[in-house]
Amino acid sequence: MSATLERIPWWRDRRVVPWIVQAVVGLALLLVITLLVGNLVRNLTAAGLLLSWRWLGQPASFDVAESLIPFDASMPYWRALLVGLVNSLRVILVGLVGATLLGTAMGMASFSGNGLLRRLARVYVELIRNIPLLLQLLFWYFVVFLALPNGTAAFQLPGIVLSKSGLYLAWFAQGLSWQGPELVNGVWQAPLRLSVEFTALLTGLITYTGAFVAEVVRGGIASVPKGQWEAATSLGLHWSASMRSVVLPQALRVIVPGLNSQYISLAKNSSLAVAVGYVDLYSVSETTLNQTGRALEVFLLLLGSYLIIDLLISAVMNGVNQLVQIRER
Amino acid sequence: MTSIQPGPESGTNQPLRPARPAPESVQPSWAGALRQELFASRTDGLVSVLLILVILAAALGLLRWALAQAQWAVIQANTSLFAIGRYPIQQQWRLWLLVVLVAGLSGVSWGLLRAFPRADRSGEIWPFNDRLAVVLLGFLAAWLPAALALGLPLQLRWWVITALLVTMRCLAGSWGRSLPSRLVRLVPLSWPLLYLFGMVLIAGGLGIPRVPPSEWGGLLLTLLMASFAILLSFPIGVVVALGRRSSLPLLRWSSVLYIEFIRGAPLITLLFLGQNILGYMLPGGWAPDRVWRAAWVLTLFCGAYLAEAVRAGLTAVPPGQLEAARSLGLSMPLALQRVVLPQALRIALPAAVGQFISLLQDTTLLSLIGLLDLLGTARTVMANPEFLGKNAEVYLTLAVLFWCCCAALGLGSRALERRLDPTHSPV
Repeated sequence: MSATLERIPWWRDRRVVPWIVQAVVGLALLLVITLLVGNLVRNLTAAGLLLSWRWLGQPASFDVAESLIPFDASMPYWRALLVGLVNSLRVILVGLVGATLLGTAMGMASFSGNGLLRRLARVYVELIRNIPLLLQLLFWYFVVFLALPNGTAAFQLPGIVLSKSGLYLAWFAQGLSWQGPELVNGVWQAPLRLSVEFTALLTGLITYTGAFVAEVVRGGIASVPKGQWEAATSLGLHWSASMRSVVLPQALRVIVPGLNSQYISLAKNSSLAVAVGYVDLYSVSETTLNQTGRALEVFLLLLGSYLIIDLLISAVMNGVNQLVQIRER
Repeated sequence: MTSIQPGPESGTNQPLRPARPAPESVQPSWAGALRQELFASRTDGLVSVLLILVILAAALGLLRWALAQAQWAVIQANTSLFAIGRYPIQQQWRLWLLVVLVAGLSGVSWGLLRAFPRADRSGEIWPFNDRLAVVLLGFLAAWLPAALALGLPLQLRWWVITALLVTMRCLAGSWGRSLPSRLVRLVPLSWPLLYLFGMVLIAGGLGIPRVPPSEWGGLLLTLLMASFAILLSFPIGVVVALGRRSSLPLLRWSSVLYIEFIRGAPLITLLFLGQNILGYMLPGGWAPDRVWRAAWVLTLFCGAYLAEAVRAGLTAVPPGQLEAARSLGLSMPLALQRVVLPQALRIALPAAVGQFISLLQDTTLLSLIGLLDLLGTARTVMANPEFLGKNAEVYLTLAVLFWCCCAALGLGSRALERRLDPTHSPV
């Protein structure tokens, strides 16, 4: 009896099978990777494009429409890529704040007592989520923002002017004097001007991500037991007070991890800037590739930059997550 | 890009409202319900009136623009470009044949679905939703070709196709039960066969002239890319998800590496990789056409996100299920196939469909690498001096098209979810 038990065929032996599986998979992966990398090295060597970073120091010889740090065409490629990165970070940061505000408002609106407001929030989410972001960005840029009037016909609010040439905001100018936008010779001027490309990209990203954030917020609020709300109400708290002091603090535990992935996808989606002519990291990289042919290096730089941005967002959100956890006794 | 997680049903969205008065015994009237919904308090009333005014103004503005100002000629003149791109005219019969086959098979499948009642749906052969769908189809067939100003021969073709769909639906609904069950079982199998046959029809081969991928375009290319990526990414997603949860370190780490690499990068940089670097990585002559390169990138991209959805499903299956299956003597592959995966995939379904919806949307990125998908075609049309500045018309049409496709996918996913719900299945 024991003799038959010991005679397990090797293909069913649990001590052997895992190793065989791993060996086969490992061999297959090794083969594929060797083939791919081998070809890559051979072909790049033949083309004279094998990994080298010396070209980063050569003058870029292209101009960038808008930049937060000084840049001109005689500056090296690394500087151009840095300009792109800073531009990307700018739109990501402002977008994060905007999407959070809009999404929270819409997520809370879907719990409003007002039936119309509640349904409007649903319509917003369903409308935005089912239309491709790229299409929305092109719509905002070409249909909405490029159709805006210029000069005196521009939309004007106290401290804000929105025209075809951009968004003009009041800001501190020369020291601490508060200065609004003003029309000089038919051209708007203001201490703070956002280009129309930036504004369109930002609007598109905020409305798009806002819908996803609204869903996250809605899920978070829905996860708070109804009794919490009733208890707050029976203590005499008003709707907004119950939401602020009782429901939201508990909902945040669920909301923050969901926000993390939405923030990361906003950061990645910002690379669609190239479609509306905003010069972000991807846009600069594409120009760089066209001029230098350094596909591999440019790709590695792109990949590394977005990876670092993703990790940064995750790290910050993990910190926030620690903060909002409810410490139980 | 973003994975869409369908939230809980919107209908369960309970308004959180303060202190509700004790329910009265009288039935709330229509006006009373409206009052409760919109004018419960003074602030509510103010907000409602403001919102109603804004909505009315927006709707009127849109309507006036669409009927009076918009020039829809840009759509009407380019319908075939939007639909199939530069597909050669003499070969277009192949696409018509494909549409006819798809319509016929859809009708048969739809009818059979109703002919065999299950516990999760009423036994009616013509439930309300189906009658609604047929009316909608009839309306679309009557209105759409006319609105697009198609010629009479084309209009006739669409009427015939719609009639075929509805007829097959009626026939299969009425006579489906008397068909031999072996024949009925062939119907689900015929869909993958039709897909392969459709590929041959579109691309050529097997005796019919080849049409290179560079001549596919418009909606045809978009649907082709999306369906290809969705179909192939599913096995990839399942395998990688199993790999990520495997106890074998090599499998686990290679899966993690793949998933994190794909998820860390924006899709456009991966398409960039496919267009600019993949050619260097393959032996000369192996590199596929630009269209297929993009299709493979989309597939691998979707596979990584799908793997995460499936992994969530796998995590939700209690470990006791696998242990029980193993202790019954099932081998690991058999236990996964028969016990774990059916449960995990059902749980993963909403997230997976959300992923498919976002993949369908992500095909628009192909226009950024110069392919002529629906959006790419639209941009070439608008670059035509004859149609310069007709952005609003074109983008709105595209938006409506995408919205309908994505919303239909979402609806289908919810229906499938209800069907697969074990608490609803027949006893």
